[in-house]
Amino acid sequence: MSYMFTVSPDFAPDHLSGWYIFNTWLQKQSAEAIHLEMYNHYQDLHQAIAADKIDLIYANPFDAAMLVREKGFLPLVRAQGESDEAIIAVNANSNINDVADLKPNTRVAFTDDPDVRLMGMIMLEPADLHAGNIAPLLSDNHVLVAKHLLKGEADVGIILAEAYDNLSGVIKKQLRILVRSQISVIYHSLMIGPRLQNRRADFQKILLEMDKDEKGGGVLNALGFNAWQRIEDEEMEFMIDLMDTLNT
Amino acid sequence: MIVDMTPEDIIGEYQEATLTYCDGQSRKVLYTELETPYPDGKLIVSTTTPDGIISHVNRAFVEMSGYTEAELIGAPHCILRHPDMPSAAFKDLWDTVQRGEKWQGFVKNLRKDGGYYWVKATVIPNVRGGKVVGYTSVRRKPSRSKVDECIALYPTLS
Repeated sequence: MSYMFTVSPDFAPDHLSGWYIFNTWLQKQSAEAIHLEMYNHYQDLHQAIAADKIDLIYANPFDAAMLVREKGFLPLVRAQGESDEAIIAVNANSNINDVADLKPNTRVAFTDDPDVRLMGMIMLEPADLHAGNIAPLLSDNHVLVAKHLLKGEADVGIILAEAYDNLSGVIKKQLRILVRSQISVIYHSLMIGPRLQNRRADFQKILLEMDKDEKGGGVLNALGFNAWQRIEDEEMEFMIDLMDTLNT
Repeated sequence: MIVDMTPEDIIGEYQEATLTYCDGQSRKVLYTELETPYPDGKLIVSTTTPDGIISHVNRAFVEMSGYTEAELIGAPHCILRHPDMPSAAFKDLWDTVQRGEKWQGFVKNLRKDGGYYWVKATVIPNVRGGKVVGYTSVRRKPSRSKVDECIALYPTLS
Protein backbone atom coordinates (compact mmCIF):
# COMPACT_ATOMS: atom_id res chain seq x y z
CA MET A 1 0.00 0.00 0.00
CA SER A 2 1.24 3.47 -0.85
CA TYR A 3 0.65 6.45 1.41
CA MET A 4 0.47 10.11 0.51
CA PHE A 5 2.56 12.85 2.13
CA THR A 6 2.06 16.55 1.54
CA VAL A 7 3.45 19.84 2.77
CA SER A 8 1.45 22.97 3.53
CA PRO A 9 1.67 25.22 0.44
CA ASP A 10 3.47 27.94 2.43
CA PHE A 11 6.77 26.02 2.30
CA ALA A 12 9.79 28.13 1.39
CA PRO A 13 10.49 27.66 -2.36
CA ASP A 14 14.19 27.13 -1.55
CA HIS A 15 13.23 24.03 0.40
CA LEU A 16 11.12 22.35 -2.28
CA SER A 17 13.87 19.88 -3.24
CA GLY A 18 14.55 19.33 0.48
CA TRP A 19 11.05 17.94 0.97
CA TYR A 20 11.56 15.43 -1.87
CA ILE A 21 14.88 14.37 -0.33
CA PHE A 22 13.16 14.08 3.05
CA ASN A 23 10.43 11.89 1.58
CA THR A 24 13.01 9.55 0.02
CA TRP A 25 14.86 9.36 3.36
CA LEU A 26 11.63 8.71 5.26
CA GLN A 27 10.58 5.90 2.90
CA LYS A 28 13.92 4.19 3.37
CA GLN A 29 13.88 4.54 7.15
CA SER A 30 10.25 3.47 7.60
CA ALA A 31 10.15 0.88 4.81
CA GLU A 32 6.82 2.35 3.70
CA ALA A 33 5.94 3.46 0.17
CA ILE A 34 5.14 7.17 0.48
CA HIS A 35 4.32 9.47 -2.40
CA LEU A 36 4.97 13.21 -1.94
CA GLU A 37 2.35 15.44 -3.50
CA MET A 38 2.96 19.19 -3.32
CA TYR A 39 0.00 21.56 -3.70
CA ASN A 40 0.47 25.17 -4.74
CA HIS A 41 -2.74 26.46 -3.20
CA TYR A 42 -4.60 25.82 0.04
CA GLN A 43 -7.81 25.20 -1.89
CA ASP A 44 -6.23 22.16 -3.62
CA LEU A 45 -4.76 20.92 -0.31
CA HIS A 46 -8.10 21.21 1.47
CA GLN A 47 -9.84 19.26 -1.31
CA ALA A 48 -7.28 16.46 -0.94
CA ILE A 49 -7.76 16.41 2.85
CA ALA A 50 -11.54 16.38 2.46
CA ALA A 51 -11.23 13.40 0.08
CA ASP A 52 -9.11 11.54 2.71
CA LYS A 53 -6.17 11.30 0.31
CA ILE A 54 -3.53 12.46 2.82
CA ASP A 55 -1.72 10.21 5.32
CA LEU A 56 1.15 12.42 6.40
CA ILE A 57 1.28 16.22 6.36
CA TYR A 58 3.57 19.04 7.40
CA ALA A 59 0.62 21.17 8.40
CA ASN A 60 -0.05 24.84 8.87
CA PRO A 61 -1.35 25.49 12.41
CA PHE A 62 -4.53 26.85 10.89
CA ASP A 63 -5.32 23.39 9.48
CA ALA A 64 -4.29 21.49 12.63
CA ALA A 65 -7.68 21.78 14.33
CA MET A 66 -9.54 20.39 11.33
CA LEU A 67 -6.99 17.58 10.86
CA VAL A 68 -7.23 16.50 14.51
CA ARG A 69 -10.92 17.06 15.19
CA GLU A 70 -12.44 16.07 11.86
CA LYS A 71 -9.91 13.77 10.22
CA GLY A 72 -8.39 11.90 13.15
CA PHE A 73 -4.80 13.06 12.60
CA LEU A 74 -2.28 12.97 15.46
CA PRO A 75 0.87 15.07 15.89
CA LEU A 76 4.34 13.60 15.41
CA VAL A 77 7.00 16.30 15.57
CA ARG A 78 7.76 19.95 14.94
CA ALA A 79 10.95 21.69 13.81
CA GLN A 80 13.01 22.40 16.92
CA GLY A 81 13.04 26.06 17.92
CA GLU A 82 10.93 27.16 14.93
CA SER A 83 7.65 29.04 15.27
CA ASP A 84 5.41 30.90 12.84
CA GLU A 85 5.63 34.66 13.10
CA ALA A 86 4.31 37.45 10.89
CA ILE A 87 5.53 40.91 9.97
CA ILE A 88 3.59 44.03 9.09
CA ALA A 89 5.80 45.87 6.62
CA VAL A 90 5.51 49.22 4.82
CA ASN A 91 7.49 50.98 2.11
CA ALA A 92 10.59 52.54 3.72
CA ASN A 93 9.35 55.98 2.57
CA SER A 94 5.86 55.51 3.98
CA ASN A 95 4.63 58.13 6.43
CA ILE A 96 3.03 55.37 8.51
CA ASN A 97 5.04 54.93 11.69
CA ASP A 98 2.56 53.10 13.89
CA VAL A 99 -0.24 50.63 13.22
CA ALA A 100 -2.54 53.07 15.02
CA ASP A 101 -1.94 55.56 12.14
CA LEU A 102 -3.78 53.28 9.70
CA LYS A 103 -7.29 54.19 8.58
CA PRO A 104 -10.21 52.22 7.06
CA ASN A 105 -9.68 51.30 3.39
CA THR A 106 -5.98 50.75 3.98
CA ARG A 107 -4.63 48.63 1.12
CA VAL A 108 -3.33 45.42 2.70
CA ALA A 109 -1.32 42.90 0.66
CA PHE A 110 -1.10 39.30 1.86
CA THR A 111 -0.93 35.72 0.57
CA ASP A 112 -3.42 32.89 1.08
CA ASP A 113 -1.28 31.56 3.97
CA PRO A 114 -4.03 31.39 6.62
CA ASP A 115 -2.05 31.58 9.85
CA VAL A 116 0.16 34.43 8.66
CA ARG A 117 -2.90 36.36 7.53
CA LEU A 118 -4.59 35.68 10.89
CA MET A 119 -1.56 36.91 12.86
CA GLY A 120 -1.22 39.92 10.57
CA MET A 121 -4.87 40.93 10.89
CA ILE A 122 -4.58 40.67 14.69
CA MET A 123 -1.67 43.09 14.53
CA LEU A 124 -3.85 45.52 12.51
CA GLU A 125 -6.71 45.39 15.05
CA PRO A 126 -5.30 48.23 17.18
CA ALA A 127 -6.17 50.49 14.20
CA ASP A 128 -9.75 49.08 14.17
CA LEU A 129 -8.98 47.37 10.88
CA HIS A 130 -10.69 44.09 10.04
CA ALA A 131 -11.54 42.03 6.96
CA GLY A 132 -14.61 44.19 6.34
CA ASN A 133 -12.90 47.59 6.14
CA ILE A 134 -9.56 46.98 4.38
CA ALA A 135 -8.82 46.92 0.66
CA PRO A 136 -7.33 43.42 0.33
CA LEU A 137 -4.66 42.62 -2.23
CA LEU A 138 -4.28 38.85 -2.46
CA SER A 139 -0.82 37.96 -3.72
CA ASP A 140 0.61 34.65 -4.96
CA ASN A 141 3.62 34.72 -2.66
CA HIS A 142 5.44 36.79 -0.05
CA VAL A 143 7.87 38.31 -2.58
CA LEU A 144 4.90 39.70 -4.50
CA VAL A 145 3.55 41.21 -1.27
CA ALA A 146 6.89 43.03 -0.94
CA LYS A 147 6.69 44.16 -4.58
CA HIS A 148 3.21 45.63 -4.04
CA LEU A 149 4.73 47.72 -1.23
CA LEU A 150 7.69 48.82 -3.36
CA LYS A 151 5.38 49.89 -6.22
CA GLY A 152 3.10 51.80 -3.86
CA GLU A 153 0.17 49.48 -4.72
CA ALA A 154 -0.30 48.49 -1.08
CA ASP A 155 -0.02 50.55 2.12
CA VAL A 156 0.96 47.62 4.34
CA GLY A 157 1.93 44.03 3.70
CA ILE A 158 1.52 40.93 5.87
CA ILE A 159 4.53 38.68 5.38
CA LEU A 160 5.70 35.46 7.01
CA ALA A 161 8.66 36.58 9.15
CA GLU A 162 10.92 33.84 7.78
CA ALA A 163 10.08 34.88 4.21
CA TYR A 164 10.73 38.54 5.05
CA ASP A 165 14.10 37.71 6.57
CA ASN A 166 15.00 35.80 3.39
CA LEU A 167 14.12 38.69 1.04
CA SER A 168 17.12 40.11 -0.80
CA GLY A 169 19.01 42.96 0.85
CA VAL A 170 18.01 45.27 -2.01
CA ILE A 171 14.30 44.70 -1.37
CA LYS A 172 14.61 44.85 2.42
CA LYS A 173 16.37 48.23 2.21
CA GLN A 174 13.27 49.65 0.56
CA LEU A 175 10.93 48.26 3.21
CA ARG A 176 10.39 48.97 6.90
CA ILE A 177 9.02 46.67 9.59
CA LEU A 178 6.09 48.21 11.44
CA VAL A 179 5.44 45.24 13.74
CA ARG A 180 6.99 41.80 14.11
CA SER A 181 4.89 39.27 16.02
CA GLN A 182 6.41 37.56 19.05
CA ILE A 183 3.84 34.83 19.58
CA SER A 184 6.24 31.83 19.87
CA VAL A 185 3.55 29.19 20.41
CA ILE A 186 2.20 28.74 16.88
CA TYR A 187 4.10 26.35 14.66
CA HIS A 188 3.86 23.92 11.75
CA SER A 189 3.67 20.28 12.71
CA LEU A 190 4.24 16.97 11.02
CA MET A 191 1.04 14.98 11.52
CA ILE A 192 0.05 11.40 10.81
CA GLY A 193 -3.33 10.26 9.52
CA PRO A 194 -5.50 7.30 10.56
CA ARG A 195 -4.23 4.80 7.95
CA LEU A 196 -0.63 5.14 9.16
CA GLN A 197 -1.23 5.58 12.89
CA ASN A 198 -0.17 2.07 13.84
CA ARG A 199 3.33 3.25 12.85
CA ARG A 200 3.16 6.51 14.86
CA ALA A 201 5.72 5.48 17.50
CA ASP A 202 8.12 4.18 14.82
CA PHE A 203 7.88 7.38 12.80
CA GLN A 204 8.41 9.52 15.91
CA LYS A 205 11.51 7.51 16.87
CA ILE A 206 12.96 7.75 13.34
CA LEU A 207 12.35 11.50 13.18
CA LEU A 208 13.64 12.29 16.67
CA GLU A 209 16.90 10.48 15.92
CA MET A 210 17.25 12.05 12.49
CA ASP A 211 19.70 14.81 13.48
CA LYS A 212 22.08 12.27 15.03
CA ASP A 213 22.40 10.43 11.73
CA GLU A 214 24.91 11.86 9.25
CA LYS A 215 22.62 11.54 6.24
CA GLY A 216 19.56 12.53 8.26
CA GLY A 217 21.32 15.69 9.46
CA GLY A 218 22.02 16.65 5.86
CA VAL A 219 18.37 16.15 4.92
CA LEU A 220 17.30 18.35 7.82
CA ASN A 221 19.69 21.05 6.59
CA ALA A 222 18.01 20.88 3.18
CA LEU A 223 14.73 21.71 4.97
CA GLY A 224 16.32 24.54 6.94
CA PHE A 225 15.83 22.72 10.27
CA ASN A 226 18.27 21.61 12.97
CA ALA A 227 16.25 18.76 14.45
CA TRP A 228 12.72 17.55 15.13
CA GLN A 229 11.12 17.68 18.55
CA ARG A 230 8.19 15.60 19.76
CA ILE A 231 4.72 17.15 20.02
CA GLU A 232 2.67 15.74 22.87
CA ASP A 233 -1.06 15.37 22.24
CA GLU A 234 -1.84 18.01 24.89
CA GLU A 235 0.57 20.48 23.24
CA MET A 236 -1.35 20.09 20.01
CA GLU A 237 -4.67 20.51 21.82
CA PHE A 238 -3.31 23.68 23.43
CA MET A 239 -2.30 25.11 20.05
CA ILE A 240 -5.70 24.24 18.61
CA ASP A 241 -7.39 26.06 21.51
CA LEU A 242 -5.06 29.00 20.96
CA MET A 243 -5.87 29.19 17.25
CA ASP A 244 -9.54 29.01 18.19
CA THR A 245 -9.20 32.08 20.42
CA LEU A 246 -7.39 33.99 17.68
CA ASN A 247 -9.81 33.04 14.96
CA THR A 248 -12.47 35.51 16.09
CA MET B 1 -5.99 31.82 49.02
CA ILE B 2 -5.86 35.38 47.71
CA VAL B 3 -3.71 37.88 49.57
CA ASP B 4 -4.06 41.66 49.91
CA MET B 5 -1.81 43.95 47.87
CA THR B 6 0.89 45.68 49.89
CA PRO B 7 2.16 49.30 49.61
CA GLU B 8 5.79 48.24 49.17
CA ASP B 9 4.92 46.69 45.77
CA ILE B 10 3.21 49.85 44.49
CA ILE B 11 4.85 52.41 42.23
CA GLY B 12 3.44 55.94 42.55
CA GLU B 13 0.49 57.37 44.42
CA TYR B 14 -2.28 54.88 44.97
CA GLN B 15 -5.87 54.47 46.03
CA GLU B 16 -7.36 51.57 47.96
CA ALA B 17 -10.40 49.45 47.23
CA THR B 18 -11.77 46.17 48.52
CA LEU B 19 -12.98 43.73 45.87
CA THR B 20 -15.33 40.89 46.68
CA TYR B 21 -15.25 38.04 44.20
CA CYS B 22 -18.08 35.75 43.20
CA ASP B 23 -16.80 33.00 45.53
CA GLY B 24 -17.22 35.39 48.47
CA GLN B 25 -13.49 36.03 49.03
CA SER B 26 -12.36 39.64 49.47
CA ARG B 27 -9.08 41.36 48.66
CA LYS B 28 -7.68 44.81 49.37
CA VAL B 29 -6.24 46.20 46.15
CA LEU B 30 -4.04 49.25 45.69
CA TYR B 31 -4.15 50.95 42.32
CA THR B 32 -2.57 53.88 40.53
CA GLU B 33 -3.25 55.85 37.36
CA LEU B 34 -0.13 54.54 35.59
CA GLU B 35 -0.93 52.74 32.34
CA THR B 36 1.48 50.24 30.81
CA PRO B 37 0.91 50.29 27.02
CA TYR B 38 0.23 46.92 25.46
CA PRO B 39 3.28 45.95 23.36
CA ASP B 40 2.80 45.51 19.59
CA GLY B 41 2.94 41.98 18.22
CA LYS B 42 2.62 40.10 21.51
CA LEU B 43 -0.06 37.83 22.93
CA ILE B 44 -0.60 37.22 26.62
CA VAL B 45 -1.53 33.59 27.13
CA SER B 46 -2.65 31.75 30.24
CA THR B 47 -4.60 28.69 31.19
CA THR B 48 -6.55 28.04 34.34
CA THR B 49 -8.15 25.07 36.05
CA PRO B 50 -11.96 24.84 35.88
CA ASP B 51 -11.96 26.80 39.17
CA GLY B 52 -9.99 29.70 37.70
CA ILE B 53 -6.62 28.86 39.27
CA ILE B 54 -3.73 29.79 36.95
CA SER B 55 -1.93 26.69 35.65
CA HIS B 56 0.16 28.11 32.77
CA VAL B 57 1.44 31.56 31.77
CA ASN B 58 3.65 32.77 28.95
CA ARG B 59 6.47 35.32 29.18
CA ALA B 60 4.30 38.21 27.98
CA PHE B 61 1.89 37.53 30.87
CA VAL B 62 4.75 37.72 33.37
CA GLU B 63 6.09 40.95 31.82
CA MET B 64 2.74 42.71 31.66
CA SER B 65 1.34 41.61 35.03
CA GLY B 66 4.49 42.45 36.99
CA TYR B 67 4.26 39.16 38.91
CA THR B 68 6.82 36.38 38.70
CA GLU B 69 5.79 33.10 37.12
CA ALA B 70 6.02 31.43 40.55
CA GLU B 71 3.62 34.03 42.00
CA LEU B 72 1.14 33.51 39.17
CA ILE B 73 1.02 29.70 39.01
CA GLY B 74 -1.49 28.49 41.59
CA ALA B 75 -2.99 31.96 42.10
CA PRO B 76 -6.61 32.72 41.20
CA HIS B 77 -6.90 34.57 37.88
CA CYS B 78 -8.87 37.29 39.64
CA ILE B 79 -5.65 38.71 41.14
CA LEU B 80 -5.58 40.73 37.89
CA ARG B 81 -9.00 42.21 38.46
CA HIS B 82 -9.05 46.00 38.46
CA PRO B 83 -11.62 47.86 40.63
CA ASP B 84 -12.75 49.83 37.55
CA MET B 85 -14.01 46.61 35.92
CA PRO B 86 -17.73 46.01 36.43
CA SER B 87 -18.47 42.65 38.06
CA ALA B 88 -21.17 42.14 35.41
CA ALA B 89 -18.41 41.67 32.82
CA PHE B 90 -16.86 38.77 34.76
CA LYS B 91 -20.25 37.23 35.45
CA ASP B 92 -20.90 37.31 31.71
CA LEU B 93 -17.46 35.77 31.08
CA TRP B 94 -18.03 32.86 33.47
CA ASP B 95 -21.64 32.29 32.39
CA THR B 96 -20.49 32.17 28.75
CA VAL B 97 -17.50 29.81 29.12
CA GLN B 98 -19.41 27.54 31.52
CA ARG B 99 -21.96 27.09 28.72
CA GLY B 100 -19.01 25.85 26.64
CA GLU B 101 -18.87 28.99 24.49
CA LYS B 102 -16.15 31.49 23.66
CA TRP B 103 -16.12 34.87 25.45
CA GLN B 104 -14.53 38.03 24.13
CA GLY B 105 -14.30 41.45 25.70
CA PHE B 106 -12.12 44.40 26.63
CA VAL B 107 -10.59 44.21 30.09
CA LYS B 108 -8.63 46.63 32.29
CA ASN B 109 -6.14 44.49 34.21
CA LEU B 110 -4.42 45.37 37.49
CA ARG B 111 -0.64 44.98 37.72
CA LYS B 112 1.25 43.93 40.81
CA ASP B 113 2.70 47.47 41.01
CA GLY B 114 -0.80 49.00 41.08
CA GLY B 115 -0.70 50.15 37.45
CA TYR B 116 -2.99 48.87 34.73
CA TYR B 117 -3.10 47.70 31.12
CA TRP B 118 -5.99 47.25 28.71
CA VAL B 119 -6.40 44.07 26.67
CA LYS B 120 -8.79 42.50 24.21
CA ALA B 121 -9.36 39.12 25.85
CA THR B 122 -10.72 35.88 24.43
CA VAL B 123 -11.47 32.98 26.76
CA ILE B 124 -12.38 29.47 25.66
CA PRO B 125 -13.08 26.27 27.54
CA ASN B 126 -10.48 23.51 27.03
CA VAL B 127 -12.56 20.45 26.20
CA ARG B 128 -10.77 17.09 26.43
CA GLY B 129 -12.73 13.89 25.94
CA GLY B 130 -15.96 15.84 26.18
CA LYS B 131 -15.04 17.32 29.57
CA VAL B 132 -13.97 20.89 30.42
CA VAL B 133 -10.51 20.55 31.97
CA GLY B 134 -9.74 24.27 32.15
CA TYR B 135 -9.86 27.56 30.30
CA THR B 136 -7.40 29.30 27.96
CA SER B 137 -7.28 33.06 27.84
CA VAL B 138 -5.48 34.94 25.09
CA ARG B 139 -5.09 38.70 25.31
CA ARG B 140 -4.09 40.97 22.45
CA LYS B 141 -3.62 44.68 21.86
CA PRO B 142 -6.94 46.55 21.82
CA SER B 143 -7.68 49.60 19.69
CA ARG B 144 -7.71 52.91 21.54
CA SER B 145 -11.22 53.68 20.29
CA LYS B 146 -12.58 50.45 21.83
CA VAL B 147 -10.78 51.20 25.11
CA ASP B 148 -12.27 54.72 25.14
CA GLU B 149 -15.75 53.23 24.62
CA CYS B 150 -15.19 50.92 27.61
CA ILE B 151 -13.89 53.76 29.79
CA ALA B 152 -17.22 55.52 29.13
CA LEU B 153 -19.38 52.39 29.43
CA TYR B 154 -18.00 50.43 32.39
CA PRO B 155 -18.79 53.01 35.14
CA THR B 156 -22.46 52.72 34.10
CA LEU B 157 -22.49 48.94 34.71
CA SER B 158 -22.70 47.31 38.10
